[in-house]
Amino acid sequence: MSQGFDFSIAIGGAAGQGIATPGNILARMFVRRGLHLNAYNAYQSIIRGGHILLTMRVREQEALSHGDHIHLLLCLNQDTMTRHLRHLGPGAYAVYNADNITPGEHQDGVHLCGMPVTELTGDAKNKLAQNTAALGVMAHVLGLDFEVLESALTLQFQRKGEAVVSSNVAVARAGYEYSSAHFTPLANPLPQNPDPLAVWTGNEALAMGGAAAGVKFYCAYPMSPSTGVLHWMAKNARELGIMVRQVEDEIGVANMAVGAAHTGARTMCATSGGGFALMTEAIGSAAMMEIPVVFINVMRAGPSTGVPTKTEQGDLWQALGASQGDFERIVVAPQDAHDAFGTIAEVFNLIDRYQCPAIVLSDLLISEGTFSVPPDDIDMFPTIERGKLIRESNGDAGPYNRYVDTADGISPRAVPGVPGHVHVVATDEHDEEGILISDEFTNPIKRRQMVEKRARKLDDYFTRVPAPEVEGDEDAEVTLVGWGSTAGVIAEAMEQLQADGVKVNRIAVKWILPFHAEAVTEALSGARKTLIIENNHSGQFHRYLRSETGITADGHIRKYDGEPFMPHHIADGVRAHLAGSVSGGVFVPDQEILV
Amino acid sequence: MTIELREQPLTAKDFKGKVDPDWCPGCGDFALLRATQMSVAQLGLSPHQIVCVSGIGCSSNFPGYFNSYGMHTLHGRALAVATGVKMANQTLTVLVTGGDGDGYGIGGNHFTHTARRNVDLTYLVMNNQIYGLTTGQVSPSSSVGMKTKSTPFGNIERPVNPITSAIMNGATYVGRGFSGNIKQLVRLIKGAIEHPGFAVIDVFSPCVTFNRDNTYDFFRKRVAPLEDEGHDPSDWKSACERAMEWEDRIYTGLFYQDQGVQSLHALEPILDGGAPPVSHVSEAITQEQRDRIVRRMM
Repeated sequence: MSQGFDFSIAIGGAAGQGIATPGNILARMFVRRGLHLNAYNAYQSIIRGGHILLTMRVREQEALSHGDHIHLLLCLNQDTMTRHLRHLGPGAYAVYNADNITPGEHQDGVHLCGMPVTELTGDAKNKLAQNTAALGVMAHVLGLDFEVLESALTLQFQRKGEAVVSSNVAVARAGYEYSSAHFTPLANPLPQNPDPLAVWTGNEALAMGGAAAGVKFYCAYPMSPSTGVLHWMAKNARELGIMVRQVEDEIGVANMAVGAAHTGARTMCATSGGGFALMTEAIGSAAMMEIPVVFINVMRAGPSTGVPTKTEQGDLWQALGASQGDFERIVVAPQDAHDAFGTIAEVFNLIDRYQCPAIVLSDLLISEGTFSVPPDDIDMFPTIERGKLIRESNGDAGPYNRYVDTADGISPRAVPGVPGHVHVVATDEHDEEGILISDEFTNPIKRRQMVEKRARKLDDYFTRVPAPEVEGDEDAEVTLVGWGSTAGVIAEAMEQLQADGVKVNRIAVKWILPFHAEAVTEALSGARKTLIIENNHSGQFHRYLRSETGITADGHIRKYDGEPFMPHHIADGVRAHLAGSVSGGVFVPDQEILV
Repeated sequence: MTIELREQPLTAKDFKGKVDPDWCPGCGDFALLRATQMSVAQLGLSPHQIVCVSGIGCSSNFPGYFNSYGMHTLHGRALAVATGVKMANQTLTVLVTGGDGDGYGIGGNHFTHTARRNVDLTYLVMNNQIYGLTTGQVSPSSSVGMKTKSTPFGNIERPVNPITSAIMNGATYVGRGFSGNIKQLVRLIKGAIEHPGFAVIDVFSPCVTFNRDNTYDFFRKRVAPLEDEGHDPSDWKSACERAMEWEDRIYTGLFYQDQGVQSLHALEPILDGGAPPVSHVSEAITQEQRDRIVRRMM
């Protein structure tokens, strides 16, 4: 397999101009050719108008980020042309409707591909015709046979009837033929790999991870950018026997989830920071009653309502501090969509074992991004371990104490309905029998015993969850530390730096709490220069790392403008740090592709 | 609801919890506890078939005094938790117990939506028109003018009407009881448990420590059982009219019942045709299901 092909298409326009449809058609065409895809949609909270830029990076190798460049820009309006033409370098293409869009100043060697859309379609009124004509032009420029596009269009529009299919195919063909006559295609056309790939969003991956893990109860209140999980669940619920409920608010969501989980159903819910704030009291209640529930927080730029359509890693401390009191929980930040998928099953096994809540920190970048995935990598049959769960009568008539103080701190968990195991679970502190020691029977000896029992449950956590490892050059001059969704973009930045001769390695932290303090301390102890990269302003992870390990980083690369890192942002930051030209220790890249 | 036949029927005593209530002597909640224990015994239920869910407050300590599965959850959240329990295992009989502050104040949002959804729960509200556990502040059901620690010059807010609220929000069994009338409470509770939908019973449960206005005497002089009035519980307008009366005469009994509305779990598509509860089905999906999902992604 050649390593060469790496091409980014950006489609820009206003909300309501139909960006999603050509985006979907292109995505399907790419993954069916076995090409990898990483797509990021920079959008706004608006139904009509504004500016949207969908960047689709297509690659023969895995695409770990949406990349640094735009190689082909499809302008659905003048605004897109005005904003982005200057970002195109020599050899790049700008495709646009020449009837109403004029290119401006541009670099030498940019292919300006104006389409006379009215002439091509014979229809000045159909505003979506330019999108279809553009697909024809792009198919030609990418070196595809028209039949490939034709079958993709048929698939996309077949539900709307033969007439819609044939009119779209005709318009696309006109665009394709016009392009053949007027524009130069890519010297290296779009390659074809033998095995087709599948495509999913991060939210779909989270939902599918839940389905694979055996989630049977899912509830949510819609909140961007987490709503995609609810949509997937709702759509597939009947087929998979998953009960899906939309609840009146996130307080209701979290408490309903606790109730369902207590009966024995694997239960999950997802929200974003604002909704997560409402859930927090229930998270503590799950810990106190020892009920396993997965709470997903898909982070967006905050605080409060913040920027609902933009990404940020700003909720780390919110997750660490979710709910009052001192209690056991797991916090994990998956690194990409496929990792998010697998993490859900892993985390369910852990919390069923430890009988505690888990918080999964995704973010808009992962959750709303669209990614290719090899279909064989979608393992929907993970091991399911329910721990010490009692769901059927075992004939045991002996006394049953729900919170019996065992050697490992984990008590057998009977669910309601099982004869011989009747008990009360309580958010008040309670003794081994479940009797409250909060009001009348306060008892410091029992309180200490119960606190220690619950804490002991996680004693073998580090034997079950892998510590982060150092990847990259030995004897590196700089070590990059990131957490969660920045793993892929840091890996690509590292490749760019290595290509320039910089010796660099990295640590990508996924399992946040409990923290692998010893392993991370050891990994960083030999680092010559440690830089921490995170998508927030205050360096939340740095403060956490310092609190857990005492390690203070040598410098930082941070971005908090709502847009995700591109690889060169990090590479530039590393170079600046190595050159000693970063004042104050924090490098903040400019978001040069303004949206 | 499953009713198990057995040779030695259980009695109210079999539903006594592990500890005795810590309620003040004379508290109205004792009567409701007793009435509930009698009701489930008379219905032939076993402790393991019942889940009793509560929030926080004096009356929310109820599950600890009642022998069944229990969940003593967060302030105001009992209905949300109970909905999760019932929907995940519809074979359980789910009781929800709490007070007026818990249910009509901090939990008001869940009250509205649980009623609207007609979740098959029996909700017993021990309404003492005061915050007792926090030593006597005004509650959402306190009368206008009532002097409490937080309203030393008298309450200026009008109280919620739990009966009309429940009916308007969509509850399909709405009754009112009084701790001074256990017989009527048992009738109401049994009817509520047997009713296949959201059943609310607002119970006047006097707080003998902090509420000097709404005492046993206050209610004894005023309560009028609807059973004696020829009230038709299918008539929601008449029910609401009678629920609005307060000054001289306060009605108790079954205000409203609608048996024509299906409960949430009866309408839930994945429980169609007597499907087993999601709490007990196998977690793993099938190869066929997996392949269909992946095919749609290609």
